[in-house]
Amino acid sequence: MANLQELAQLFKELDDQLVSCMRCGMCQAVCPVFAQTGREADVTRGKLALLDGLAREMLTDAAGVNEKLNRCLMCGTCQSNCPSGVKIMDIFLKARAIMTGYFGLSKTKQAIFHGMLANPRLFNVLTGMGATFQGLFTKKVDDMLGSSCARFNAPLVGDRHFNTLAATPLHKIVPELDTPAGASGIRVAFFTGCVIDKIFPHVGEAALKVLEKKGVGVFLPSNQGCCGIPALSSGDGATFDKLVALNLQRFTTAEFDYLLTTCATCTSTIKELWPRMFKGDPALSADIKVLADKTMDISQFLVDILEVKEAAATSGRNVTYHDPCHLKNSLGITSQPRTMIKAAGCTFKEMREAGSCCGCGGSFNVAHYDLSKKIGTRKAENIIDSGTDTLATSCPACMLHITDMLSRKKAGMEVKHIIELYADSMKNQG
Amino acid sequence: MNESIIKEFTAIVGDENVMTSETDRHTYSYDAAVLDTAMPSLVVRPDNSEALGKTVKLCNDNGLPLTVRGAGTNLSGGTIPHPGGVVVLTNGLNRILEINEEDLYAVVEPGVITATFAAEAAACGLFYPPDPGSQTVSTLGGNVAENAGGLRGLKYGVTKDYVMGVDFWDVNGNLIKTGSRTVKCVSGYNLAGLMVGSEGTLGVFDKLILKLIPPPKSSKSMMAIFSSMKAASETVSAIIASRIIPATLEIMDNFTIRTVENFRHAGLPTEAAALLLIEVDGHPGQVEEEAALVEQICRQHGASELKVASDAAERDVIWQARRDALPALAKLKPTCVLEDATVPRSKIPAMIQALDEISREFQLTIGTFGHAGDGNLHPTILTDRRDAKEWQRVEKGIDEIFKRALELGGTLSGEHGIGLAKAKYLVLETNRGTLDYCRRMKSVLDPKNILNPGKIIG
Repeated sequence: MANLQELAQLFKELDDQLVSCMRCGMCQAVCPVFAQTGREADVTRGKLALLDGLAREMLTDAAGVNEKLNRCLMCGTCQSNCPSGVKIMDIFLKARAIMTGYFGLSKTKQAIFHGMLANPRLFNVLTGMGATFQGLFTKKVDDMLGSSCARFNAPLVGDRHFNTLAATPLHKIVPELDTPAGASGIRVAFFTGCVIDKIFPHVGEAALKVLEKKGVGVFLPSNQGCCGIPALSSGDGATFDKLVALNLQRFTTAEFDYLLTTCATCTSTIKELWPRMFKGDPALSADIKVLADKTMDISQFLVDILEVKEAAATSGRNVTYHDPCHLKNSLGITSQPRTMIKAAGCTFKEMREAGSCCGCGGSFNVAHYDLSKKIGTRKAENIIDSGTDTLATSCPACMLHITDMLSRKKAGMEVKHIIELYADSMKNQG
Repeated sequence: MNESIIKEFTAIVGDENVMTSETDRHTYSYDAAVLDTAMPSLVVRPDNSEALGKTVKLCNDNGLPLTVRGAGTNLSGGTIPHPGGVVVLTNGLNRILEINEEDLYAVVEPGVITATFAAEAAACGLFYPPDPGSQTVSTLGGNVAENAGGLRGLKYGVTKDYVMGVDFWDVNGNLIKTGSRTVKCVSGYNLAGLMVGSEGTLGVFDKLILKLIPPPKSSKSMMAIFSSMKAASETVSAIIASRIIPATLEIMDNFTIRTVENFRHAGLPTEAAALLLIEVDGHPGQVEEEAALVEQICRQHGASELKVASDAAERDVIWQARRDALPALAKLKPTCVLEDATVPRSKIPAMIQALDEISREFQLTIGTFGHAGDGNLHPTILTDRRDAKEWQRVEKGIDEIFKRALELGGTLSGEHGIGLAKAKYLVLETNRGTLDYCRRMKSVLDPKNILNPGKIIG
């Protein structure tokens, strides 16, 4: 382990970014973690002060700072509301990389990132086996939500109500696709993403059906990898770089106009973080930039490019919408998913605090489940209070966590991706 | 701090409300002022009145300096603890205890967030006017301790105008009751008044009784464009002189206008030397009459253009521009020093002239905006504290701003407080005798000098 001065030196490199925080404290108004704990170390101002403290060698407990740094959902709400425009997410990702370099990656994360994520084929085989045997260890709790819980005491699962692995992942249902631009004259590439592939393949299928009906050609290459965000937010830049390069190689073998995903997190990672955080082969930078510029959320594509319009409410569904942080805060996309819900013939009703984080935050959910649950409970209460029968959103990770929260409350509501609602409405039209 | 004292604090507030780690303590070593940090030795968060009183007494019994902290948004260092002292958080005391719609008052704990309280009052059809810039996070206890202001000061006054009573703990752990729930009250010393703006140096707030008023029925906003700061500031004086008191009367200089426009692209006139942002409110008839008169005065004083908001969206554009002023300026440079020297409003033109001279003399980038209607300007110095040479000029510039404001019959601080940042200037505004009087009072009420030592009176 390097010494503290060396660590301080690394954090000093963030000084130009750290110094732009004027300690006004306005982030206290929007941080979902701080709303639960009221502790300054949990809010952005406190975390930036801690990094600054390490850089200035005022602090000796680097492990303590690291622990506080990880108590963050990386939802980006603070950044989109920061009066001085501090590049908070950049700072946090870099700081996590520095910390991981200093303390090393945990054994579990090493196994997951290096062993599985970086090897899509192995990842697929292992999760495929999991899907076959999971019924032995889990029991269903809510048929409407499709949630289950553990039959036995399982350390990682705890008392979660979770969506089980799909019996057949998307890459088995649709191994690859390469169709020409149809009536629309547009061809897109489809980036599946891990959670859609392995837990919600029907969301991917719905998207592919909609694109087909709209006369849009699709390029879906086989052996896609993870977008890299779990590795990057754990400070494992090497695995992130490896995944970016692997995916780039899969997606640069064909021509297309846009790259679409049905996952808010994948979209924002490819669009925002691939160009900024990739530290691998510099020769790839130009291609990464081209791909990032083409990347879009599916609702943005349908509304802004294909000009899908709102329709009369015919489905009988009452729907409210949760803004995923990675669409709202990272990409500023809020109106298009709402338009899609109305285009699907649903009656839309806004909930309170639609734009506040659901509390999932990827590995935050694993490390700080109690806090994650508290934040999610507030989300679930707002969803239930909306008086609707369906919660729609645009991110499979949010779907997972919200399903957990609603299942615990026995809400009797459905959780859907907006593209499922739209695909259903097209099916009803024949 | 020794273990046995920590144990005593833990017994009072509970294990989960005591923070001792280096990391936790470091995050309570600063506030929003551009000052050095100071590390406390302990942070506690009482979540009930009794625990708060016992905490104060325990600090006093052990001679531990105590600094109360709400949201830590203070701009003069009032919530920076004494090195090695105890920080007492109020965010565990955040209940609105009563909103009385018949007698128009509310009783709250000190940790209630200003905007939350204003929204609760509004839900009851009542109005709590003080609206400091940090209202979405700032606490009412902090607002009272600093006598916070805001955009509505001109017509509606500041926090002190809404404080009817304060219950507070003295250093011996006695609960001191002041003020009442009545409009009139002359029973004894006006100790509630003494508590307002005392910055945590005389007592620790337990409960606040705050006045509420009926909200205005209608309002009208406008933006007037001027070709000189002089013309704009003279217009401010003329509006007041015509016996019109707008709810809000704000000014922005060209540098601020350009920065805000660059930030928001809302279509502000970037060539304008100055903007006045004005809102009149009240009964609809009165609003129409006053708006017409204000418009006339603006034109008479050379406003080249006047935009009157015709709907809520246009009104939003006007006030968004004002809300953007500080964030937009803050983005330009790493360090942003926000001052609040205040002058009698007739002296606004002279103060603006002075700021212009100071910025040239010390080669400083200063954006000026603020509450022109009440004489409270916010000259905002944009700098980089890491640049030692420039920082020296900044410090000299600040000295000069205070000197000029005082020469014009003004005050060091309109709404940010004296805290640590301006304690050394207080004697310039008052005199040695005044300072001695304050220190004697403090030494009797707080003989061990544990209550936020170093603030206001040094």
